[in-house]
Amino acid sequence: MSFWIAQFLTGLASAASLFLVASGLSIIFGVTRVVNFAHGAFYMVGAYVAWSLTERLSGAFGWWGGVLLAAAAVAALGALAEILVLRRIYQAPELFQLLATFGLTLVAADLVVMLWGPDELVGRRAPGFTGSIALFDQMIPAWDLFLIALGPVALGLLWLLFNRTRFGVLVRAATQDREMAAALGVNEKWLFTGVFALGVFLAALAGALQLPRESVNHHMDLRIIVDAFVVVVIGGLGSITGAFVAALLVAQLNAFGILLFPKISLVIIFLVMAAVLAVRPWGLLGRPDVAQRPPAATSARPWRPLGGAGRLAMAALVLAAAALPFVSGDYLVIAATETLIFAILAVSLHVLLSVAGVASFGHAAFFGLGAYGVALAVKGLGLGMGAALALAPLVGLVGAGLFALAAARLSGVYLAMLTLAFAQILWSIAFQWVEVTGGDNGVLGLWPAGFAAQPAGFYWLTLGLAVLVIGVSRVIMFSPFGYGLRGARDEARRAASIGVSPGLMRWCAFAIAGTGAAVAGALFAFLKGSVFPDTLAIPVSVDSLVMVLLGGVQTTLGPLAGAVAYKALSIWLLSQTQWSKLALGLVILAVVLAFPRGLVGVVNQWRDRWLTQRRPGHGEPP
Amino acid sequence: MTAAMNAPPLLAATGLAKAWGGVRAVDDVSFSVAAGEIVALIGPNGAGKSTCFNLINGQLRPDAGRVLLSGRDITGAGPARAFRAGVGRTFQIAATFASMTVRENVQTALAAARGQIMRPWGAGRNIARDDAMRLLALAGMAGMTERPAAGLAYGDVKRLELAIALAGAPRLLLMDEPTAGMAPADRAALMRIAVAVARAQNIGVLFTEHDMDAVFAHADRILVLDRGRLIASGAPAEVRDSPAVRAAYLGDGVLFAATADDRRQ
Ligand SMILES: Nc1ncnc2c1ncn2[C@@H]1O[C@H](COP(=O)(O)OP(=O)(O)O)[C@@H](O)[C@H]1O
Ligand SMILES: [Mg+2]
Repeated sequence: MSFWIAQFLTGLASAASLFLVASGLSIIFGVTRVVNFAHGAFYMVGAYVAWSLTERLSGAFGWWGGVLLAAAAVAALGALAEILVLRRIYQAPELFQLLATFGLTLVAADLVVMLWGPDELVGRRAPGFTGSIALFDQMIPAWDLFLIALGPVALGLLWLLFNRTRFGVLVRAATQDREMAAALGVNEKWLFTGVFALGVFLAALAGALQLPRESVNHHMDLRIIVDAFVVVVIGGLGSITGAFVAALLVAQLNAFGILLFPKISLVIIFLVMAAVLAVRPWGLLGRPDVAQRPPAATSARPWRPLGGAGRLAMAALVLAAAALPFVSGDYLVIAATETLIFAILAVSLHVLLSVAGVASFGHAAFFGLGAYGVALAVKGLGLGMGAALALAPLVGLVGAGLFALAAARLSGVYLAMLTLAFAQILWSIAFQWVEVTGGDNGVLGLWPAGFAAQPAGFYWLTLGLAVLVIGVSRVIMFSPFGYGLRGARDEARRAASIGVSPGLMRWCAFAIAGTGAAVAGALFAFLKGSVFPDTLAIPVSVDSLVMVLLGGVQTTLGPLAGAVAYKALSIWLLSQTQWSKLALGLVILAVVLAFPRGLVGVVNQWRDRWLTQRRPGHGEPP
Repeated sequence: MTAAMNAPPLLAATGLAKAWGGVRAVDDVSFSVAAGEIVALIGPNGAGKSTCFNLINGQLRPDAGRVLLSGRDITGAGPARAFRAGVGRTFQIAATFASMTVRENVQTALAAARGQIMRPWGAGRNIARDDAMRLLALAGMAGMTERPAAGLAYGDVKRLELAIALAGAPRLLLMDEPTAGMAPADRAALMRIAVAVARAQNIGVLFTEHDMDAVFAHADRILVLDRGRLIASGAPAEVRDSPAVRAAYLGDGVLFAATADDRRQ
């Protein structure tokens, strides 16, 4: 019994820091509508800076002062990031800011290793809270008791801030209605900066307060960010109290999950999140309107299929790509194969994200279904490569179709998070159902057969399938059905009133995107000769999102350009420098700042300007 | 109106009710619209007019009551089904597809109307081109068919909405404040177009409007809604002279004052 109570108290202590991180994330999203992927990075940097300060400053005052100073310093860094980066791109398409915060995350990940080294750092205990206290026959760290008390206190302070100060009232107004906030005479610029700094302060403080509990390391960022997202979504976007309740829930699930449900401990919070969203599509204490966003990827520049010249250029590009194995070695051919596979993945996400306007944070789910589909077909059913490549996309189709049915009531960030939950659940099945999937050891020996056994042969096969998938996606994009998809995205009410059911359109988009992603996953399995749970993991989802955003959400060729640029660059950087994340992050930030419409978006912009200049008197491009 | 008198009317709404929390937005409202008939639904802001429209085209499911279209029950069937049954509508806050050109907007509606919207091949922008051009010409937009819809002036958006609504060859057309936000000259023109098309194609029209000149100029019949309840209905002259309406609503001249205000915009 007493052991359970101790476990419960540990959960409560974890809830406090989770709450601080999640409430910061929630506040930032509520006001700026930025999905701040870098929030975990700020948490981690907060811990590192606090470690350094508490090592240097002496005495009790030094420790506490160091922690607070660290949070304030990181908050200043956050404000700087907001002013230098985010402020310039609030007008960019939805989720584009996510790309910027992803760039910041990459930069931070390498910088902390550069500055503090790769090893874990153990910090000083908090003066006055070094011992343990006997409670119910168990020794409870005094620091945990401090954190347990801190949670409600932080909630109370935030409540006071939002209800009793002018800043807080403005923040709440801006969360609910931007126009109204503008009418109140708010200086939006500085309000956004202030809110961002506040959110980062909370994250960094949470990181600093972890010092006495755990060692500081460079994996802290990703570990906390996923939990924080789950907390925000369960609690309801923009609701601080919701974040508090959800933090308690998630922390207890983490504390007890491993004891009660060892088989599903890794995904229990995602299962709970899915269950909560099934009952309350806007989280426990969220409100529907906060989730509403203006049309996601709507471009004011009508999409056009390629004209004669464009098609010729594409054909030339394909021919040039096909010639690659004649002029280069196996290494480059294999790298190019991987790039093409990710281009297929990006194009499939583009159908969902750009054409249908549905954001997904878990596209890895369908990629992994394709990969495991191959493993199942080859190892389970004894099929050959051809049959496996034909079967795997069906696995993606069925998975996506079932998921979209289950998720029919959700939209916006909630739906995006549910796709992440789906991917994580699949990941845990792959990881823990060892008899079938081999667990962590994966499924090995999936080698391509016949002509594709050579790198060049497999490259051509991949190129052929890439042309097929990309071609089909473009035919769909410009077909009547493509117009239906975009119509439902632009204006759901209008679409419904002309007989185009937005729900059906969304379901179809998932089915198409799932099938395409599974093709990519199937090829990936044969390229690597094996399948691991990694194919279902978050980095694959993030990469696919980054590729689409980088290329330009509002364009039709963006995912292709984005995939080639991002994948080729990351493969190349990885071979060139040990600080490849830093370099990649800086490149992403540069692209974000220089081309807020993405790589292809900026080309379109130039072309429009050029066309307009050539025909003075005709304001509109054709 | 020469059809058999005992055939069911085009639209029959009976006992419609919808409440938001405690607010009864629509409260036991019954009325009908015949084919080819032009009916105005008037009432002050918040009277429940838009909610009524949403109940009829299935956007909302009523708490009570039924919606019959030519005798067929379409209550709460959803907007897509209502559309297939022959209900077209425009919105109070105009809604068009911003990522498409004006023509593509209408073509999308035409593709949907003709059951081609699920076809994942062929060029969407070649679908029913001529019909789209004809509808746009009808709505007075012949000169701007290739413009991006996102860049249209609000009055043009309203006209585009009308063209989209007509693309489904509706039997019943619902227009929620079709001319709000337009320049005065354009308003009269838009109403004239809508009414002419309706008369020519025997479409029943139910519209809301704050511009009383438009109401009295075009409506065959007027329904007056006040705080969710239907307080009067009849020919324009009847409604104007009805003591009940005057007492409850027109009496203090609010309606006509509102008209004057609208025109000043
Ligand atoms: N989605 C909604 N949620 C809550 N109340 C609503 C909603 N839609 C309308 N209402 C309320 O219903 C009443 C009628 O609104 P509405 O039908 O828009 O009136 P009208 O179109 O005549 O101006 C108003 O009191 C309005 O506030
Ligand atoms: Mg209204």
